Amino acid sequence: MTTAHRLMLAGAAVLLAVGISACGERDQVTVYKQGKYQGKPDTKPWENDPAVNPYPGSKWDKGDKTSWERALKARNLAQNEYTRVE
Amino acid sequence: MARMKFICDAERCIECNGCVTACKQEHEIPWGVNRRRVVTLNDGLPGEKSMSVACMHCSDAPCMAVCPVDCFYRTDEGVVLHDKDLCIGCGYCFYACPFGAPQFPQAGAFGLRGKMDKCTFCAGGPEKDLSKEEFAKYGSNRLAQGKLPACAEMCSTKALLGGDGDVIADIYRQRVFKRGKGSEVWGWGTAYGKPDQPKAAPAGAKS
Repeated sequence: MTTAHRLMLAGAAVLLAVGISACGERDQVTVYKQGKYQGKPDTKPWENDPAVNPYPGSKWDKGDKTSWERALKARNLAQNEYTRVE
Repeated sequence: MARMKFICDAERCIECNGCVTACKQEHEIPWGVNRRRVVTLNDGLPGEKSMSVACMHCSDAPCMAVCPVDCFYRTDEGVVLHDKDLCIGCGYCFYACPFGAPQFPQAGAFGLRGKMDKCTFCAGGPEKDLSKEEFAKYGSNRLAQGKLPACAEMCSTKALLGGDGDVIADIYRQRVFKRGKGSEVWGWGTAYGKPDQPKAAPAGAKS
C-alpha cells in the first residue's frame, strides 16, 4: 500500500468519525434549575394588624398564622353556594 | 394550609369578563395590561367553553427558573411573586410561561417593554404591606386584609374559585357530584345541577 493510499484511508476515517459525531441525540426535555431570589424580603400577610386595615376584611390575631388561615378558610367556604342555599 | 390555587369551572363560565373587570378595578391596571383574561373555545358554536386564565402560581414555575436576575419568589402560601425593582423586563418569563401570564406595560413613547406585571393572587409584593408603594407597583394586597382574590370573589356564577387548593378542590368536587354529569351536555342543569325530582302525583289524580 502506497503512502497516498494510506493518507486517503486516514482521511476517510477522519471524515467518517466527524460525520457520525453529528448523529448524536441530545436530551430534548428541559431541566429547570431554580435560581435564588435576589430581591427584597416580603412580610407575611398575618403579620398585619387587621384593626388598622383601611379596608376591613376578615378578623384575626396579629402575627397568628393559624387564626389568619382560619379567617381565610371561612371566606373561602363562602364561595360554595350549595352550603349557603341548602 | 395547602397552596393557593385558582380553579375555573368551564361549565359555569359565561364569558362575562367580570373577573377581568374586577382585577382591573382592584389594582388600577393600565390600558394594555391584562393580568386576567377570558379565553373561549369554539366561540359562537353550541357547547362553547370559556375559561378565565391568569398566572396559575405554578408549584414548579418556569418563569422562576428562566429569570436571569432571579427576581421571583414563592410565598409560604404558594403564591409566585416578583420584585419589580430587580426585573429588567427582558421577557424570558413570557416565553417560558405556558399561560401567557406575564404582561409588559408600555413604557416610553416608542413602546419599550416596561417591567413585567402579572397576577399576584392579590398578595401584593415585596414592599410594606398595604403601603402606597406596594399598591403602585403590585396593586392591592387583599391577602393582607384577610380577603381572597377579587376576581374569584366577584365571579357571578362562582365559576372561578380561588383560595386554599384543598378547600376549593372540595367545593368543586361537591359541585361535580351534584351535577352527576360529565361535559357531554351544556346548559343550566350541567352548570348548577338538576332540580329535585317533582313529587309523584297521588293515585287517581287528574294529570
